[in-house]
Amino acid sequence: MFLNGKVAIVTGASRGIGKAIALAMAGAQADIVVNYAGRADAAEETAAAIRQLGRRAMVYQADVSDTSQVQGMVDATLAEFGKVDILVNNAGITRDNLILRMKEEDWDTVLQVNLKSAFNSIKAVSRSMVKARYGRIINVSSVVGLHGNAGQANYAAAKAGLIGLTKSMAKELGPRNITVNAVAPGFIMTDMTEQLSAEAREKMTASIALNRLGKPEDVASLVAFLASDFCGYITGQVIAVDGGIVM
Amino acid sequence: MATFDKVKAIIVDQLGVEESEVAMEASFVDDLGADSLDIVELVMALEEEFGLEIPDEEAEKIRTVGDAVKFIQDRQ
Repeated sequence: MFLNGKVAIVTGASRGIGKAIALAMAGAQADIVVNYAGRADAAEETAAAIRQLGRRAMVYQADVSDTSQVQGMVDATLAEFGKVDILVNNAGITRDNLILRMKEEDWDTVLQVNLKSAFNSIKAVSRSMVKARYGRIINVSSVVGLHGNAGQANYAAAKAGLIGLTKSMAKELGPRNITVNAVAPGFIMTDMTEQLSAEAREKMTASIALNRLGKPEDVASLVAFLASDFCGYITGQVIAVDGGIVM
Repeated sequence: MATFDKVKAIIVDQLGVEESEVAMEASFVDDLGADSLDIVELVMALEEEFGLEIPDEEAEKIRTVGDAVKFIQDRQ
């Protein structure tokens, strides 16, 4: 398979899009570090599914906004698997509100978990990837980061920030054969989007060319593809997986 | 001079240059064709080999092979 023998760290891999990414890459024969923040039971489920696919899985609890915890996770990965080929920065949260009502804490937390986390993990893996002259980094952004969304100033800013980070890292690490890309999911069915009202959901669906909401697997297959050697000459790109909301 | 030989080996390995090019007065950027990422990698390799930490402000002063050798010798 196309990720045979590769080692991948996926942040926020216990549920939703992160879980689907972990399983898609394990399905392509990669070993996976399943990072999670709070849901140990869900992370163990993801790991069990990876092992069923015949691959190794390591569950690692770490708050990705904490630099030293992320370094600890990368050190543990290198100790266990000997290398990190692929990093997927997927962990993310929302604290939606209109700017008039948004608390400073909501802003700070979302920026820390969705954006600073990617800085932490890229920094932590960069040394070994640079040495290995190989790496695939994929940041999970959002269409909201490209186009904005009322009520998501913090989330949209963080996701747009990931795009700037992606392009800068692509330029900085490109000479060492490390590709850095971003994917921008649209409206994907996960716990995160379940909070929306039926009315909001119908309205969203009407704006999607394919006339349906996305599945986590729709995003995961692109991430697995970007992590593969098929994509050695693609870097610094932002690819939307949104069913054709924006073209 | 053991330090010089070790430093030379690291430079040859990191920058892919010939041993004969690595003279004490050779500049990493001008003579050995290193870019900024090469220099960061070189500093990391020297830190590992000699078990020391080279702070950014010190690393910036290391421009030639001789600077690197002297920096390391001063701390041994």
